[in-house]
Parts: sequence; C-alpha cells; structure tokens
Amino acid sequence: MRRVSTTCVLAGFVLALLAGPVAAQDSLRLTGSGATFPFPLYSAWFKAFSGKHKGVTVDYQGKGSGAGIRDFINRTVDFAASDAAMTDEEISKVPGGVQLLPMTGGEIVLGYNLPGNPKGLKLPRDVYTGIFLGRITKWSDPKLKAANPGVNLPDTDITVVRRADSSGTTFVFTSHLSAISEEWKKGPGAGTTVNWPKSDKFVASPKNDGVSATIKQTPGAIGYLEFAFAKFAKLEMAELQNKAGQYVAPGGEGGPAALAGVQLPGDLRAWVTDPDGPKAYPVATYTWMLFYKENKDPKKAAAIRELVEFCLNDGQKMSAQMGYIALPANVAAAVKKAAASIQ
Amino acid sequence: MSVVRLPGLITTDDRVSGPPSRWDYAADRTFRALAQTGVWLLLILLGVILWEIGGKATAGIRDYGLGFLTSTTWDVGRQQFGILPHIWGTLYSSLLALAIGGFFGVVMAIFLTQDFLPPQLAQVFRTVVELLAAIPSVVYGLWGLFVVVPALRPVAGWLFETLGWIPLFGTTLSGPGLAPASLVLAIMILPTVAAISQDALRLVPYKVKEAAYGMGTTKWEAILKVMLPTAATGIFGALVLGFGRALGETMALAMLIGNSSQISLSLFAPANTLAALLALNFPEAGKREVEVLMYAALVLLAITLLVNMAGEAIMALSARKTKS
Repeated sequence: MRRVSTTCVLAGFVLALLAGPVAAQDSLRLTGSGATFPFPLYSAWFKAFSGKHKGVTVDYQGKGSGAGIRDFINRTVDFAASDAAMTDEEISKVPGGVQLLPMTGGEIVLGYNLPGNPKGLKLPRDVYTGIFLGRITKWSDPKLKAANPGVNLPDTDITVVRRADSSGTTFVFTSHLSAISEEWKKGPGAGTTVNWPKSDKFVASPKNDGVSATIKQTPGAIGYLEFAFAKFAKLEMAELQNKAGQYVAPGGEGGPAALAGVQLPGDLRAWVTDPDGPKAYPVATYTWMLFYKENKDPKKAAAIRELVEFCLNDGQKMSAQMGYIALPANVAAAVKKAAASIQ
Repeated sequence: MSVVRLPGLITTDDRVSGPPSRWDYAADRTFRALAQTGVWLLLILLGVILWEIGGKATAGIRDYGLGFLTSTTWDVGRQQFGILPHIWGTLYSSLLALAIGGFFGVVMAIFLTQDFLPPQLAQVFRTVVELLAAIPSVVYGLWGLFVVVPALRPVAGWLFETLGWIPLFGTTLSGPGLAPASLVLAIMILPTVAAISQDALRLVPYKVKEAAYGMGTTKWEAILKVMLPTAATGIFGALVLGFGRALGETMALAMLIGNSSQISLSLFAPANTLAALLALNFPEAGKREVEVLMYAALVLLAITLLVNMAGEAIMALSARKTKS
C-alpha cells in the first residue's frame, strides 16, 4: 500500500514539474517549525492567511522550540518559532543575520485539583516557591490557610506535577522562580529542564496535555502549564501574588499588563521574569518567530513580510480569544518596523 | 549435509528417487545464499547500530566515565548527569512486571492448553489474549492514567496506613508511580509470555501426559511434575522475552512512572526508566545532552544484552541438568 501511494505521489510530483511552471510561479509555500505552545494559534493564523492570500500556503510543524531552532540553523525551513528566542551563540551560526519578532504572548498558570473545587485559590509568592521547592507539603499549611480565609483546605499532601520533557514552559516558569527566590536560583535554577527537588510527591508528565491530565487525575495536585491548555482542560487556576503584592488571576487583564511593563531592547528579545505594575500577572512571556534577514528569493521575503503584517493586524484579534496575550500596541509597532529588515 | 529437496519439486516429478538434478542443486544453493545474506545483514545491522550509538556516545563516556552509572543527579543546566535512578527504575519496574505478568501468563497457558476448556472456547480466549498485544502503547498509558491509577489509589492508601512500616509500602500513591506502571507493563508482556508458553506446552507430546496418567497421577501432578518440567526451557524463553520487552517499553511508562530521578523501595513512589528518559529528552536535547543520552542508550542496550545472555546461560544449565 505504502509503495503504491509513494509511487502516486512521485508521479504526481513529476507531472506537476512537467505541466506546471506557470502554476508553480504564483503558488508559494512557506514552511516553518518550532514551539508547540503557540501551535494552536499559529495554525489558525496561517489558515486565515492562506485563505486571504491565494497562492501562498504556510505549513507549520510544532516540534518544540529546540528542534525549531535546529531546523532554522540548518536552513531546512523558511522561518521558525521558539519560546526561548535564540541565544547569541545560536544567532551567530546563521550567516546574514536573524530577525527575532515577538508575535504573541502567553501566561503560565498553576492549575490545581482540590476536593470541592474551590475557585481562585490565592498563592503568595513565598508559598508557591515553597511548594515547588518541596518545603510546603500539605494543603493545610498555615501559610496557605492564612492567604485563603474561608476556603476549606484539606489535610492532604501536595503533589507537584511538572514537565518531564525539556520545554520552554519550564524555562519561563523556572526563570520567574529564580527571579523571585534566591533559594530557587541557587538550587534548581532556570532552564528548559532543571534538577527538581527529590521527593515522592513530585511527579512528571510529558507535554502540556500530560501535565493537565495528571493534575485532573490526582487529588491534591498542583502543576504549571500554559493557560490555553489549562482552560481547555477546565482546570482550576490559582491567583498568584505579583511584585506589587496584588493577587492576579490568569486570563484577564493581567497578561497584557505584564507584557506592557517590559521595555523591549533593539533585538526585541526580553524576558518578563517578574513584571512590575499592580495589575500584572507574574508569570508571562513573549514567544518569538525567527526569520532570516537575507532570504534568497525576494518573492518569499515579500510573502513573509506580508505574513508578519497579517499576524500583527488580524492575528492579534484572534490571540485573546484563543487564550493568548495580544501584543501591546507599542510592541506591535516596533515589530512592524523591525519586519522591514527581512529581505 | 545432504541436499534438502523441496517437496513441490518432488511431487511434480514422476521420478520417486534418483540423484538430485541440476535444478535441485541450484534451488538449494540459492536458498542457502539468501539465508546466509539474511544472517549477515542482521549482524551488520546490529554492528552499525552499535557503531552509531557508540560513536555518538564516546564524548559522553570520556567525560563522565563510570561515575555516570553511579551518580543520581540529572541536571542539564549544571551539566551533571547520572543514571543510577533510571537503571534502578528500569530493573525494578521490569522485574515487578515479570513477576506479575509472568505468573499470570504461565497460568493462562496451562489453563488454555491442558484440557480445562472445550477447544473452541480455548481458541476464543487465546485470540483475546493475543489481541492484547495489538493495543498501542499510548493507549495503555492513557488507560493506566485514567483507570489503573484511580483504582489503585484507595488500595495504596490502605496499604500505607496499615503496613507503612514495610519499605515497599512506605509512601502513598500520588498519581503516576511504580505500581501502576508495573501493573500496566505486566499486562503488556502478558500476551508474549502466554503465547510462547502455550507453544512450549503444546509441543510436549500428548503421549507423555497419557503415560503420566497411566502411572496413576492426578491431573495436577501430571501438569506440575511432568508437563511443566518438560516444557520448562520454552517457558523460560517466554519469560526472558517478556522481560526484554518490559525493559524496552517506552511510551506507556513515560506516561505512568512519574519520571522522578530518585531511588525508592516504595511501590507507590514515582521512579524513572532509561527508555522514558531517552524518549522524553531527545527531541529538545542540545549537543552535550545527546552525547550523554547516547551513553544511556548504550547502557540500556547492555542491560538487555546481559539479561538475554543470562537467560541463555540459565537455560543451557537447566538443560544439562535434566539430561544428566
């Protein structure tokens, strides 16, 4: 069967080559790969873009940020996407230069599973660092009780659910913990995988969906994951205390407020490890698309610029609906300007 | 070696006996050449795999040496790598699965081959057991997460409260952990063990059993003292194969074992396995990580090889004993 279909594809390919130099000219295919976290949003964007621009199709594969960067350096794609941007070392491997463009943002939430499903559990900063350091091990801990008067907290163990695979989500979350806790910084530190405290109550699951399934199946569990996935799985999400001391729930004004508080440098690469502002949700991040500054085909470069333009105008309206953070106006303007360097 | 004649060639010929024809020789030689090429290709393939993995692992082996096998930290940020917890988890979960799955597999084989059931019904059961082998690993993982873990939780809680002083039950089950992973693994190796044990038992000539009955044994005496010892080599082979499968199982375990780098005797604590470590870390691994992951893959390969060799050795030993 497989051989038959391969032959068919090959035959079709040859036919297309022979018959369609004209068709090939006005149909343009852009391929990209990378981060999985914005994948639902990106695929919606690219579908809408292809619908509006006849003759241009965009294929995006959600392989993971690291794999996307590798493809990008090897020049097997036209663009890539990454939650962790690119390091200077990685950028230096791309002759002609790289244009990093933040395209959307996301929040990382703490989803939990408690009997009776109390909503909007409030977690002070020292408490959630304590939980992930393995210091606070019971839901009935006095610190938790003090922050949540009136909530019936059971005397059960806290099970911490983390990502088993290396991931941009872990990077953003641990960067935040490193920014707010000296002990975390000296201990596990920040990274796409870190050395978590050794405890019977720390379990790991693959991918965002694995984490949300494990939290749902485990009474007394808490874990970090992307907002869109938690919303989809209908998990209860905690309100986190921000730098200003306020408790902010994810999914509202908190995300845009967090991103707006950060000044982006010239290369548009900045981490929102601990945003200021009373309304800001504390764990948020930009996610980037990576483009070559020098494309071999000027038509392709033009199509890519059009794509960026589309994502910045129509695309941002879709972001908020799908659980992502729309770019603040000043950032969108800066990205639009920077996109001109894609040639 | 005399020439083996293909039956088809004999029947089409009206000649009953006679020297092998030129055609016979040609068919024989071609078959022999094909078989030899197959064997050599297999060996070359194994060699290439070993060479590839070994080549990529050399840097890791040079820099981390034997300490890699005995240290317990896996910290990419600080470039510290150790796989002792993974080796422990791999062996522990596989042995548990072998104990459970092996026992039930052999019992099932006895049940299905020793005239406990009418032949048609036995065939139905056999098909059902073999169907278990066709279920994808991911489905087992999901089933474990949504069915086994919730079902096991109250049992684990009770065991911890009443028998918590035994290290085996030293923790409560929070979700994923060694016990659900081993249970699911046991079900996964069950078809392998059951199918091969059945073959082994069926290969024992029926006359042997009749002879046992003739000497006045009961049904159970005949099964335990005659049938099982006679089929022992085959059943042992089934167990070794099942163990090998358990060692290499990946996806279901990655979802169920909890992926925590710690060594604990407790059945309900999360653990980790080599296969899960490889599967989860490869996609995003940097250069250094790939080197140490290849090293870990080499260790997994060595463990599987050792297990198989030990199995062969024990089988050879037992065969010698029964002969003498």
